[in-house]
Amino acid sequence: MIDKTRSSLEAALAGVPDGATIMVGGFGEAGLPNDLVDALIAQGAKDLVVVNNNAGQGERGVAALLATGRVRKIICSFPRNVDSQVFDNLYRSGKLELELVPQGTLVERIRAAGAGIGAFYTPTAFGTELARGKETRQINGRDFVLEFPLHADYALIKAEAADRWGNLVYRKTARNFGPVMAMAAKCTIAQVNRIVELGELDPEAIITPGIFVERVVRVAVAPTAVVTAGRK
Amino acid sequence: MSYAKRSREELAQRLASDIHDGAYVNLGIGLPTLVADHLPAGREIFLHSENGILGMGPAPAPGDVDTDLLNAGKQPVTLLPGGAFFHHADSFAMIRGGHLDICVLGAFQVSASGDIANWSTGEPEAIPAVGGAMDLAVGAKNIWVMMELLTRKGESKIVPRCTYPLTGVGVVKRVYSDLAVIDITPGGLVAYDLVPGLSMEELQSLTGLQLLTQAR
Repeated sequence: MIDKTRSSLEAALAGVPDGATIMVGGFGEAGLPNDLVDALIAQGAKDLVVVNNNAGQGERGVAALLATGRVRKIICSFPRNVDSQVFDNLYRSGKLELELVPQGTLVERIRAAGAGIGAFYTPTAFGTELARGKETRQINGRDFVLEFPLHADYALIKAEAADRWGNLVYRKTARNFGPVMAMAAKCTIAQVNRIVELGELDPEAIITPGIFVERVVRVAVAPTAVVTAGRK
Repeated sequence: MSYAKRSREELAQRLASDIHDGAYVNLGIGLPTLVADHLPAGREIFLHSENGILGMGPAPAPGDVDTDLLNAGKQPVTLLPGGAFFHHADSFAMIRGGHLDICVLGAFQVSASGDIANWSTGEPEAIPAVGGAMDLAVGAKNIWVMMELLTRKGESKIVPRCTYPLTGVGVVKRVYSDLAVIDITPGGLVAYDLVPGLSMEELQSLTGLQLLTQAR
């Protein structure tokens, strides 16, 4: 019997080695798998490369992971936020490498990895300093920049509900990077609010089919948090 | 003659009046978000948010905040009836793929050839952050910039060449400013809808730019 559910966060994070590349879903508070990130901190893997749209806000989640000093490099689109003090200090002191990627290029590189694409040309960032040193090509009179896929060893994502085969449904804008990161990682770990019986999820509504998911763990539903206004 | 600059609200209203019925629109962070409050009644306009919303509605009433329903500025919003959610790759396919009719962006500078600089001041100690700015700048059918025309020091933000780091090259079609609307065309900068009391000569000397009047 296939059962991708894990009984604890500890079991869900078992085996993450030092040096792993780890994608972390979420945009703002929505879809941040904070319980998995806390469990990764407890698990202790170090020398990590983290892929997330932001670089941690406040003191929890990705910010707490960065604060442990176990992240070597972060790949993201918008590290600067009103409450990104943990990142800001590490970056300014040279203790954390940053690869800044336009948001759409970031998610398309992740998608390309999941879809088996070797590279792609995008118009985004042409003629800007974020395209410096990159191969360019004019196609049908328009200028493009060559970008390569972004693979990961693990993806930590948050979904609303799962079944034991790993099929996932999401809730509102908490979907964001989850379905794409799930495709790009060798091992996708989803924290969910509910685990349901096979057949309970409407097949027409499943956003991430279980083929992209290796482990599922149920977590206590977090109370509605106060949203911190930030930027992109 | 004396003139009064358009207030931020008047500017938002002026821009919003040009958004057509049925338009798919992304409003950038900052000044452009004000446009949402001034969409003309009787037109169905679809607001897009990078993090996966079409048909975005206004901020929720206090007590109705859902932390799973945020806009690109990470603030709580609502969904209109008929609205839809989707993942980030689909969202940026909408942006990059030219499916949005209009994207309204703020800017530090816009060049006479339509280059835009709005993501970085280039200061070496600043923490760099780009978000979706570069994707938005290349994607929509119409890139409109909404900004005050002059800096606090009185320098024009429409310039022959941008001195700030670029966000996109040759993409801006129109600038809505507190003094005038300016189209960026292959033939040059076309200024119109100047605030009452401001002459073309004055606008020209304020900006230091060669401006054309609109052919009618």
